[in-house]
Amino acid sequence: MSLPLFTTTEDPGPDFAGLIRRLRMPTHPLIASSPAAPPESFRHGTTVVALRYADGVVMAGDRRATEGHAIAHRAMEKVFPADRYSAVAIAGAAGPAIEMVRLFQTQLEHYEKVEGVVLSLEGKANQLGQMVREHLPMAMQGLAVVPLFAGFDLARRTGRIFTYDVTGGHYEETEYNATGSGGRDARTTVKLGFRDGLDRDAAVELAIQSLYEAADEDSATGGPDLIRGIYPLVATVTAEGFAAVPEDEVAERFASLIERRRTEGRQP
Amino acid sequence: MTMPYYVAPEQVMKDRAEYAQKGIARGRSLVAITYADGIVIVADNPSRSLHKISEIYDRIAFAGVGKYNEFDQLRVSGIRHADTKGYAYSREDVEARSLANLYAQYLGQVFTHEMKPLEVEILVAELGNGLRPPQLYHIAYEGTITDEDRFAVLGGETEGIVAKLDEGWSATWSLTEALRSAVGALAGPDRTLAAGDLEVAVLAEGNGRRAFRRLVDDELVAVLA
Repeated sequence: MSLPLFTTTEDPGPDFAGLIRRLRMPTHPLIASSPAAPPESFRHGTTVVALRYADGVVMAGDRRATEGHAIAHRAMEKVFPADRYSAVAIAGAAGPAIEMVRLFQTQLEHYEKVEGVVLSLEGKANQLGQMVREHLPMAMQGLAVVPLFAGFDLARRTGRIFTYDVTGGHYEETEYNATGSGGRDARTTVKLGFRDGLDRDAAVELAIQSLYEAADEDSATGGPDLIRGIYPLVATVTAEGFAAVPEDEVAERFASLIERRRTEGRQP
Repeated sequence: MTMPYYVAPEQVMKDRAEYAQKGIARGRSLVAITYADGIVIVADNPSRSLHKISEIYDRIAFAGVGKYNEFDQLRVSGIRHADTKGYAYSREDVEARSLANLYAQYLGQVFTHEMKPLEVEILVAELGNGLRPPQLYHIAYEGTITDEDRFAVLGGETEGIVAKLDEGWSATWSLTEALRSAVGALAGPDRTLAAGDLEVAVLAEGNGRRAFRRLVDDELVAVLA
Protein backbone atom coordinates (compact mmCIF):
# COMPACT_ATOMS: atom_id res chain seq x y z
CA MET A 1 0.00 0.00 0.00
CA SER A 2 1.25 3.45 -0.80
CA LEU A 3 0.25 6.77 0.67
CA PRO A 4 -3.10 7.66 -0.96
CA LEU A 5 -2.46 11.12 -2.40
CA PHE A 6 -4.59 12.80 -5.03
CA THR A 7 -4.44 15.94 -7.07
CA THR A 8 -6.87 18.60 -5.92
CA THR A 9 -9.24 17.92 -8.82
CA GLU A 10 -9.40 14.18 -8.15
CA ASP A 11 -9.55 14.27 -4.39
CA PRO A 12 -12.42 12.14 -3.06
CA GLY A 13 -12.77 14.41 -0.03
CA PRO A 14 -14.27 12.79 3.05
CA ASP A 15 -16.07 10.09 1.03
CA PHE A 16 -14.64 6.69 1.93
CA ALA A 17 -16.70 4.75 -0.61
CA GLY A 18 -15.43 7.10 -3.30
CA LEU A 19 -11.89 6.62 -2.03
CA ILE A 20 -11.89 2.83 -2.28
CA ARG A 21 -13.46 3.06 -5.71
CA ARG A 22 -10.68 5.38 -6.79
CA LEU A 23 -8.02 3.13 -5.29
CA ARG A 24 -9.54 0.15 -7.11
CA MET A 25 -9.51 -1.91 -3.99
CA PRO A 26 -10.52 -5.59 -4.16
CA THR A 27 -14.09 -5.47 -5.29
CA HIS A 28 -16.90 -5.37 -2.95
CA PRO A 29 -20.50 -6.55 -3.42
CA LEU A 30 -21.73 -2.97 -3.39
CA ILE A 31 -19.42 -1.95 -6.16
CA ALA A 32 -18.96 -5.12 -8.18
CA SER A 33 -21.17 -5.73 -11.15
CA SER A 34 -23.94 -8.16 -10.31
CA PRO A 35 -23.62 -11.87 -10.93
CA ALA A 36 -25.46 -13.19 -13.95
CA ALA A 37 -27.71 -15.49 -11.97
CA PRO A 38 -28.75 -15.36 -8.33
CA PRO A 39 -26.76 -17.72 -6.13
CA GLU A 40 -28.59 -20.86 -5.12
CA SER A 41 -28.34 -20.36 -1.42
CA PHE A 42 -27.20 -17.56 0.78
CA ARG A 43 -27.76 -16.49 4.31
CA HIS A 44 -30.72 -14.40 5.20
CA GLY A 45 -31.13 -12.20 8.24
CA THR A 46 -34.60 -11.66 9.53
CA THR A 47 -36.44 -9.39 11.95
CA VAL A 48 -35.29 -6.02 13.28
CA VAL A 49 -37.34 -3.35 15.03
CA ALA A 50 -36.85 0.25 16.18
CA LEU A 51 -39.04 2.54 18.25
CA ARG A 52 -38.76 5.99 19.73
CA TYR A 53 -39.04 6.72 23.41
CA ALA A 54 -38.56 9.67 25.74
CA ASP A 55 -34.71 9.67 25.71
CA GLY A 56 -34.05 8.47 22.18
CA VAL A 57 -34.55 5.21 20.32
CA VAL A 58 -34.52 1.50 21.07
CA MET A 59 -33.39 -0.92 18.40
CA ALA A 60 -33.57 -4.70 18.55
CA GLY A 61 -33.00 -7.67 16.30
CA ASP A 62 -33.35 -11.43 16.56
CA ARG A 63 -30.29 -13.64 16.11
CA ARG A 64 -31.31 -16.13 13.46
CA ALA A 65 -29.94 -16.39 9.94
CA THR A 66 -31.57 -18.78 7.52
CA GLU A 67 -30.41 -20.41 4.32
CA GLY A 68 -33.49 -21.58 2.50
CA HIS A 69 -35.45 -23.49 5.09
CA ALA A 70 -32.44 -24.33 7.21
CA ILE A 71 -31.10 -22.36 10.13
CA ALA A 72 -27.67 -21.11 9.06
CA HIS A 73 -26.63 -19.24 12.17
CA ARG A 74 -28.10 -18.98 15.64
CA ALA A 75 -26.18 -16.05 17.03
CA MET A 76 -25.93 -13.57 14.20
CA GLU A 77 -25.72 -9.91 15.12
CA LYS A 78 -28.00 -7.59 13.22
CA VAL A 79 -27.89 -4.45 15.33
CA PHE A 80 -24.69 -2.42 15.06
CA PRO A 81 -23.50 0.96 16.25
CA ALA A 82 -23.08 3.07 13.11
CA ASP A 83 -21.18 5.67 15.08
CA ARG A 84 -21.45 7.11 18.57
CA TYR A 85 -24.96 8.52 18.13
CA SER A 86 -26.59 6.17 15.68
CA ALA A 87 -27.34 2.53 15.10
CA VAL A 88 -28.07 0.45 12.05
CA ALA A 89 -29.95 -2.84 11.89
CA ILE A 90 -30.14 -5.10 8.89
CA ALA A 91 -32.52 -7.55 7.32
CA GLY A 92 -32.10 -9.40 4.05
CA ALA A 93 -29.13 -11.09 2.41
CA ALA A 94 -26.68 -11.37 5.29
CA GLY A 95 -23.39 -11.24 3.37
CA PRO A 96 -23.93 -7.97 1.52
CA ALA A 97 -25.81 -6.52 4.49
CA ILE A 98 -22.88 -6.99 6.86
CA GLU A 99 -20.49 -5.60 4.24
CA MET A 100 -22.79 -2.62 3.84
CA VAL A 101 -22.72 -1.99 7.58
CA ARG A 102 -18.92 -2.18 7.63
CA LEU A 103 -18.67 0.29 4.78
CA PHE A 104 -21.24 2.56 6.40
CA GLN A 105 -19.42 2.55 9.75
CA THR A 106 -16.11 3.34 8.07
CA GLN A 107 -17.77 5.99 5.94
CA LEU A 108 -19.09 7.86 8.98
CA GLU A 109 -15.86 7.64 10.94
CA HIS A 110 -13.81 8.60 7.90
CA TYR A 111 -15.93 11.69 7.34
CA GLU A 112 -15.61 12.66 10.98
CA LYS A 113 -11.82 12.33 10.99
CA VAL A 114 -11.16 14.02 7.67
CA GLU A 115 -13.58 16.89 8.21
CA GLY A 116 -13.15 17.23 11.95
CA VAL A 117 -16.92 17.35 12.48
CA VAL A 118 -19.63 14.72 12.74
CA LEU A 119 -22.22 14.36 9.97
CA SER A 120 -25.76 15.39 10.82
CA LEU A 121 -28.21 12.55 11.43
CA GLU A 122 -29.99 13.43 8.22
CA GLY A 123 -26.66 13.29 6.39
CA LYS A 124 -25.94 9.84 7.78
CA ALA A 125 -29.40 8.62 6.72
CA ASN A 126 -28.80 9.93 3.20
CA GLN A 127 -25.44 8.21 3.00
CA LEU A 128 -26.99 4.88 3.89
CA GLY A 129 -29.70 5.50 1.30
CA GLN A 130 -27.03 5.93 -1.37
CA MET A 131 -25.44 2.64 -0.38
CA VAL A 132 -28.76 0.82 -0.58
CA ARG A 133 -29.41 2.41 -3.97
CA GLU A 134 -26.05 1.27 -5.33
CA HIS A 135 -27.00 -2.19 -4.21
CA LEU A 136 -30.16 -2.20 -6.34
CA PRO A 137 -28.82 -4.40 -9.18
CA MET A 138 -28.12 -7.14 -6.67
CA ALA A 139 -31.47 -6.59 -4.99
CA MET A 140 -33.12 -7.18 -8.37
CA GLN A 141 -31.51 -10.59 -8.40
CA GLY A 142 -32.80 -11.57 -5.03
CA LEU A 143 -30.03 -10.27 -2.78
CA ALA A 144 -31.97 -7.42 -1.23
CA VAL A 145 -30.64 -5.57 1.81
CA VAL A 146 -33.11 -3.53 3.81
CA PRO A 147 -31.57 -1.63 6.71
CA LEU A 148 -33.20 0.26 9.50
CA PHE A 149 -31.38 3.34 10.72
CA ALA A 150 -31.95 5.17 13.98
CA GLY A 151 -30.07 7.70 15.99
CA PHE A 152 -30.12 10.60 18.34
CA ASP A 153 -30.27 13.95 16.57
CA LEU A 154 -27.98 16.21 18.59
CA ALA A 155 -29.33 19.35 16.95
CA ARG A 156 -33.00 18.53 17.53
CA ARG A 157 -32.41 16.69 20.80
CA THR A 158 -34.61 13.78 19.83
CA GLY A 159 -34.41 10.21 18.57
CA ARG A 160 -35.21 9.63 14.90
CA ILE A 161 -35.84 6.52 12.84
CA PHE A 162 -35.39 5.99 9.09
CA THR A 163 -36.58 3.05 7.04
CA TYR A 164 -35.42 2.09 3.56
CA ASP A 165 -36.68 0.18 0.59
CA VAL A 166 -34.53 -1.70 -1.92
CA THR A 167 -34.39 1.30 -4.25
CA GLY A 168 -32.57 3.33 -1.62
CA GLY A 169 -35.61 5.44 -0.90
CA HIS A 170 -35.67 6.36 2.75
CA TYR A 171 -38.51 7.55 4.86
CA GLU A 172 -38.53 9.00 8.30
CA GLU A 173 -40.78 7.25 10.78
CA THR A 174 -42.43 9.28 13.48
CA GLU A 175 -42.80 6.49 16.02
CA TYR A 176 -41.59 2.99 15.18
CA ASN A 177 -41.01 0.47 12.46
CA ALA A 178 -39.77 -3.04 11.83
CA THR A 179 -38.40 -4.81 8.80
CA GLY A 180 -37.48 -8.33 7.71
CA SER A 181 -39.57 -11.47 7.40
CA GLY A 182 -41.13 -11.11 10.86
CA GLY A 183 -41.37 -7.35 10.55
CA ARG A 184 -45.09 -7.31 10.15
CA ASP A 185 -45.74 -9.18 13.38
CA ALA A 186 -43.18 -7.12 15.24
CA ARG A 187 -44.69 -3.91 13.93
CA THR A 188 -48.21 -4.88 14.98
CA THR A 189 -47.00 -5.72 18.48
CA VAL A 190 -45.24 -2.37 18.84
CA LYS A 191 -48.30 -0.62 17.44
CA LEU A 192 -50.55 -2.08 20.13
CA GLY A 193 -48.27 -1.07 22.98
CA PHE A 194 -46.85 2.21 21.71
CA ARG A 195 -47.51 5.51 23.40
CA ASP A 196 -45.73 8.82 23.09
CA GLY A 197 -42.88 9.38 25.53
CA LEU A 198 -42.40 5.83 26.80
CA ASP A 199 -39.62 5.45 29.35
CA ARG A 200 -36.62 3.21 28.76
CA ASP A 201 -38.04 0.24 30.64
CA ALA A 202 -41.31 0.26 28.74
CA ALA A 203 -39.60 0.80 25.38
CA VAL A 204 -37.11 -2.05 25.87
CA GLU A 205 -39.95 -4.28 27.08
CA LEU A 206 -42.02 -3.46 24.02
CA ALA A 207 -39.11 -4.20 21.66
CA ILE A 208 -38.59 -7.55 23.36
CA GLN A 209 -42.27 -8.40 23.19
CA SER A 210 -42.39 -7.55 19.50
CA LEU A 211 -39.52 -9.91 18.71
CA TYR A 212 -41.13 -12.58 20.83
CA GLU A 213 -44.35 -12.32 18.83
CA ALA A 214 -42.49 -12.21 15.53
CA ALA A 215 -40.59 -15.38 16.43
CA ASP A 216 -43.86 -17.02 17.39
CA GLU A 217 -45.40 -16.38 13.97
CA ASP A 218 -42.45 -16.35 11.58
CA SER A 219 -40.28 -19.43 11.10
CA ALA A 220 -37.26 -17.41 10.03
CA THR A 221 -37.21 -15.28 13.18
CA GLY A 222 -35.38 -16.70 16.16
CA GLY A 223 -36.94 -16.39 19.59
CA PRO A 224 -35.03 -16.43 22.86
CA ASP A 225 -32.87 -19.56 22.81
CA LEU A 226 -33.16 -20.61 26.44
CA ILE A 227 -31.14 -23.79 25.95
CA ARG A 228 -28.08 -22.12 24.44
CA GLY A 229 -28.57 -18.82 26.24
CA ILE A 230 -28.79 -16.77 23.03
CA TYR A 231 -31.04 -13.73 23.21
CA PRO A 232 -31.98 -11.00 20.76
CA LEU A 233 -29.74 -7.95 20.73
CA VAL A 234 -31.24 -4.76 22.09
CA ALA A 235 -29.58 -1.35 22.08
CA THR A 236 -30.51 2.22 22.92
CA VAL A 237 -29.25 5.45 21.38
CA THR A 238 -29.66 8.55 23.53
CA ALA A 239 -27.90 11.84 24.17
CA GLU A 240 -25.22 9.73 25.90
CA GLY A 241 -24.71 7.70 22.72
CA PHE A 242 -25.11 4.10 21.67
CA ALA A 243 -25.46 1.56 24.49
CA ALA A 244 -26.18 -2.14 24.22
CA VAL A 245 -28.75 -3.38 26.73
CA PRO A 246 -26.87 -5.94 28.86
CA GLU A 247 -27.55 -9.55 27.92
CA ASP A 248 -28.56 -10.38 31.51
CA GLU A 249 -31.26 -7.75 31.41
CA VAL A 250 -32.58 -9.05 28.09
CA ALA A 251 -32.57 -12.64 29.41
CA GLU A 252 -34.41 -11.57 32.54
CA ARG A 253 -37.05 -9.71 30.58
CA PHE A 254 -37.69 -12.73 28.38
CA ALA A 255 -37.91 -14.99 31.42
CA SER A 256 -40.42 -12.73 33.13
CA LEU A 257 -42.40 -12.34 29.90
CA ILE A 258 -42.75 -16.10 29.61
CA GLU A 259 -43.54 -16.45 33.31
CA ARG A 260 -46.20 -13.73 33.13
CA ARG A 261 -47.92 -15.39 30.19
CA ARG A 262 -47.94 -18.70 32.00
CA THR A 263 -49.48 -17.34 35.19
CA GLU A 264 -52.04 -15.34 33.22
CA GLY A 265 -53.09 -18.54 31.50
CA ARG A 266 -52.36 -17.15 28.04
CA GLN A 267 -50.68 -19.02 25.25
CA PRO A 268 -46.96 -18.30 25.48
CA MET B 1 18.88 28.11 -25.67
CA THR B 2 20.99 29.15 -22.73
CA MET B 3 22.84 26.53 -20.77
CA PRO B 4 21.80 26.29 -17.12
CA TYR B 5 24.57 26.96 -14.66
CA TYR B 6 26.06 23.93 -13.00
CA VAL B 7 25.12 23.69 -9.36
CA ALA B 8 26.76 21.05 -7.19
CA PRO B 9 24.28 18.53 -5.73
CA GLU B 10 25.59 19.29 -2.25
CA GLN B 11 24.62 22.89 -2.77
CA VAL B 12 21.15 21.97 -4.05
CA MET B 13 20.45 19.82 -1.01
CA LYS B 14 21.83 22.42 1.33
CA ASP B 15 19.67 25.12 -0.17
CA ARG B 16 16.57 22.99 0.01
CA ALA B 17 17.23 22.01 3.60
CA GLU B 18 17.78 25.62 4.54
CA TYR B 19 14.57 26.62 2.81
CA ALA B 20 12.54 23.95 4.62
CA GLN B 21 14.12 24.69 7.98
CA LYS B 22 13.33 28.37 7.64
CA GLY B 23 9.71 27.60 6.85
CA ILE B 24 9.38 25.29 9.81
CA ALA B 25 11.14 27.66 12.21
CA ARG B 26 8.56 30.35 11.47
CA GLY B 27 5.86 28.28 13.20
CA ARG B 28 5.50 27.34 16.81
CA SER B 29 6.63 24.12 18.44
CA LEU B 30 4.80 21.02 19.52
CA VAL B 31 5.51 18.40 22.17
CA ALA B 32 4.37 14.80 22.60
CA ILE B 33 5.06 12.96 25.85
CA THR B 34 4.35 9.40 26.90
CA TYR B 35 3.04 9.19 30.44
CA ALA B 36 1.71 6.42 32.68
CA ASP B 37 -1.63 5.91 30.89
CA GLY B 38 -0.94 7.08 27.38
CA ILE B 39 0.46 9.85 25.24
CA VAL B 40 -0.30 13.54 25.53
CA ILE B 41 0.34 15.92 22.63
CA VAL B 42 0.52 19.65 23.25
CA ALA B 43 0.75 22.33 20.59
CA ASP B 44 1.31 26.03 20.99
CA ASN B 45 -1.73 26.82 18.83
CA PRO B 46 -4.39 29.38 19.70
CA SER B 47 -6.70 28.34 16.83
CA ARG B 48 -9.79 26.34 17.77
CA SER B 49 -10.47 25.03 14.28
CA LEU B 50 -7.19 24.74 12.40
CA HIS B 51 -5.80 21.78 14.24
CA LYS B 52 -2.21 20.65 14.39
CA ILE B 53 -3.12 17.46 16.22
CA SER B 54 -5.67 14.96 14.97
CA GLU B 55 -6.91 11.43 15.04
CA ILE B 56 -5.74 8.93 12.45
CA TYR B 57 -7.09 5.66 13.76
CA ASP B 58 -8.18 3.85 16.90
CA ARG B 59 -4.80 4.14 18.64
CA ILE B 60 -2.91 6.44 16.30
CA ALA B 61 -2.65 10.22 16.30
CA PHE B 62 -1.01 12.68 13.95
CA ALA B 63 0.63 16.02 14.64
CA GLY B 64 2.35 18.44 12.35
CA VAL B 65 4.19 21.74 12.43
CA GLY B 66 5.17 24.02 9.60
CA LYS B 67 3.02 24.89 6.64
CA TYR B 68 -0.60 24.07 7.43
CA ASN B 69 -1.82 23.07 3.96
CA GLU B 70 1.12 20.73 3.53
CA PHE B 71 0.82 18.82 6.77
CA ASP B 72 -2.95 18.77 6.51
CA GLN B 73 -2.66 16.98 3.18
CA LEU B 74 -0.39 14.45 4.87
CA ARG B 75 -2.88 14.08 7.72
CA VAL B 76 -5.75 13.29 5.36
CA SER B 77 -3.69 10.79 3.38
CA GLY B 78 -2.76 9.12 6.67
CA ILE B 79 -6.43 8.75 7.59
CA ARG B 80 -7.09 7.33 4.14
CA HIS B 81 -4.26 4.87 4.44
CA ALA B 82 -5.37 3.71 7.89
CA ASP B 83 -9.07 3.45 7.04
CA THR B 84 -8.50 1.55 3.81
CA LYS B 85 -6.07 -0.80 5.52
CA GLY B 86 -8.44 -1.44 8.41
CA TYR B 87 -11.27 -1.99 5.96
CA ALA B 88 -9.31 -4.37 3.73
CA TYR B 89 -7.72 -6.36 6.57
CA SER B 90 -8.78 -5.78 10.16
CA ARG B 91 -8.71 -2.93 12.63
CA GLU B 92 -5.87 -4.49 14.61
CA ASP B 93 -3.65 -4.68 11.53
CA VAL B 94 -3.39 -0.92 11.31
CA GLU B 95 -0.17 0.20 12.96
CA ALA B 96 1.82 3.38 13.10
CA ARG B 97 5.14 2.01 11.89
CA SER B 98 4.05 1.34 8.34
CA LEU B 99 2.33 4.69 8.13
CA ALA B 100 5.41 6.48 9.48
CA ASN B 101 7.51 4.71 6.84
CA LEU B 102 5.17 5.81 4.09
CA TYR B 103 5.36 9.38 5.29
CA ALA B 104 9.14 9.18 5.44
CA GLN B 105 9.35 7.81 1.90
CA TYR B 106 7.04 10.48 0.58
CA LEU B 107 8.86 13.33 2.30
CA GLY B 108 12.21 11.96 1.13
CA GLN B 109 10.93 11.64 -2.40
CA VAL B 110 9.65 15.20 -2.49
CA PHE B 111 12.86 16.50 -0.94
CA THR B 112 15.13 14.95 -3.56
CA HIS B 113 12.95 15.15 -6.67
CA GLU B 114 10.72 18.18 -6.44
CA MET B 115 11.54 21.83 -6.80
CA LYS B 116 10.35 22.70 -3.36
CA PRO B 117 10.65 20.51 -0.26
CA LEU B 118 7.70 20.26 2.11
CA GLU B 119 8.07 22.71 4.98
CA VAL B 120 6.76 20.34 7.60
CA GLU B 121 7.79 18.14 10.44
CA ILE B 122 5.33 15.50 11.51
CA LEU B 123 4.69 13.07 14.30
CA VAL B 124 2.88 9.75 14.27
CA ALA B 125 2.04 8.60 17.79
CA GLU B 126 0.74 5.18 18.68
CA LEU B 127 -0.64 4.07 21.99
CA GLY B 128 0.86 0.78 23.13
CA ASN B 129 -1.00 -2.44 23.63
CA GLY B 130 -0.08 -5.94 24.75
CA LEU B 131 1.95 -6.51 21.61
CA ARG B 132 3.52 -3.12 21.02
CA PRO B 133 4.92 -0.45 23.35
CA PRO B 134 3.82 3.17 22.89
CA GLN B 135 5.80 4.76 20.11
CA LEU B 136 6.44 8.24 18.78
CA TYR B 137 7.69 8.50 15.19
CA HIS B 138 9.19 11.84 14.38
CA ILE B 139 9.60 12.49 10.66
CA ALA B 140 11.55 15.48 9.39
CA TYR B 141 11.07 17.46 6.19
CA GLU B 142 13.65 15.41 4.27
CA GLY B 143 12.25 12.05 5.35
CA THR B 144 14.50 11.27 8.28
CA ILE B 145 12.57 9.15 10.69
CA THR B 146 13.38 8.72 14.35
CA ASP B 147 11.45 6.78 16.95
CA GLU B 148 11.17 7.91 20.53
CA ASP B 149 9.60 6.17 23.46
CA ARG B 150 9.78 9.06 25.93
CA PHE B 151 8.95 12.32 24.22
CA ALA B 152 9.27 14.11 20.89
CA VAL B 153 9.62 17.80 20.12
CA LEU B 154 8.72 19.25 16.72
CA GLY B 155 9.44 22.70 15.40
CA GLY B 156 12.23 25.13 14.72
CA GLU B 157 13.88 25.80 18.04
CA THR B 158 13.74 22.62 20.00
CA GLU B 159 17.00 22.42 21.98
CA GLY B 160 15.70 24.29 25.01
CA ILE B 161 12.49 22.26 25.12
CA VAL B 162 14.31 18.95 24.71
CA ALA B 163 16.78 19.85 27.47
CA LYS B 164 13.99 20.80 29.82
CA LEU B 165 11.99 17.63 29.24
CA ASP B 166 15.10 15.48 29.35
CA GLU B 167 15.88 16.41 32.92
CA GLY B 168 12.37 15.89 34.25
CA TRP B 169 10.78 13.07 32.25
CA SER B 170 9.53 10.05 34.12
CA ALA B 171 7.60 7.00 32.91
CA THR B 172 5.29 7.28 35.90
CA TRP B 173 4.10 10.81 35.15
CA SER B 174 0.37 11.35 35.44
CA LEU B 175 -1.49 13.28 32.75
CA THR B 176 -1.37 16.43 34.86
CA GLU B 177 2.39 16.17 35.42
CA ALA B 178 3.11 15.42 31.77
CA LEU B 179 0.86 18.22 30.56
CA ARG B 180 2.29 20.81 32.93
CA SER B 181 5.85 19.88 32.01
CA ALA B 182 4.98 20.11 28.32
CA VAL B 183 3.42 23.53 28.74
CA GLY B 184 6.34 24.75 30.87
CA ALA B 185 8.85 23.54 28.29
CA LEU B 186 6.93 25.03 25.36
CA ALA B 187 6.53 28.39 27.06
CA GLY B 188 10.23 28.74 27.83
CA PRO B 189 11.56 31.07 30.48
CA ASP B 190 9.97 34.29 29.19
CA ARG B 191 6.39 33.35 28.38
CA THR B 192 3.42 31.73 30.04
CA LEU B 193 0.85 29.77 28.07
CA ALA B 194 -2.78 29.68 29.17
CA ALA B 195 -5.40 27.11 28.18
CA GLY B 196 -6.57 29.37 25.35
CA ASP B 197 -3.12 29.32 23.70
CA LEU B 198 -2.95 25.55 23.57
CA GLU B 199 -4.21 22.66 21.58
CA VAL B 200 -4.08 19.47 23.62
CA ALA B 201 -5.08 15.90 22.85
CA VAL B 202 -4.41 12.53 24.43
CA LEU B 203 -4.25 8.96 23.27
CA ALA B 204 -5.26 7.04 26.36
CA GLU B 205 -7.00 3.91 27.56
CA GLY B 206 -10.52 4.34 28.83
CA ASN B 207 -11.80 6.31 25.84
CA GLY B 208 -13.29 3.22 24.23
CA ARG B 209 -12.14 1.84 20.89
CA ARG B 210 -11.04 5.25 19.70
CA ALA B 211 -8.33 6.28 22.13
CA PHE B 212 -7.96 9.81 20.76
CA ARG B 213 -9.55 12.60 22.74
CA ARG B 214 -9.15 16.36 22.74
CA LEU B 215 -8.83 18.21 26.01
CA VAL B 216 -10.72 21.46 25.67
CA ASP B 217 -12.22 24.31 27.66
CA ASP B 218 -12.98 23.59 31.29
CA GLU B 219 -11.27 20.25 31.38
CA LEU B 220 -8.00 21.73 30.11
CA VAL B 221 -8.25 24.71 32.45
CA ALA B 222 -8.82 22.32 35.36
CA VAL B 223 -5.77 20.20 34.52
CA LEU B 224 -3.54 23.23 34.10
CA ALA B 225 -4.77 25.04 37.21
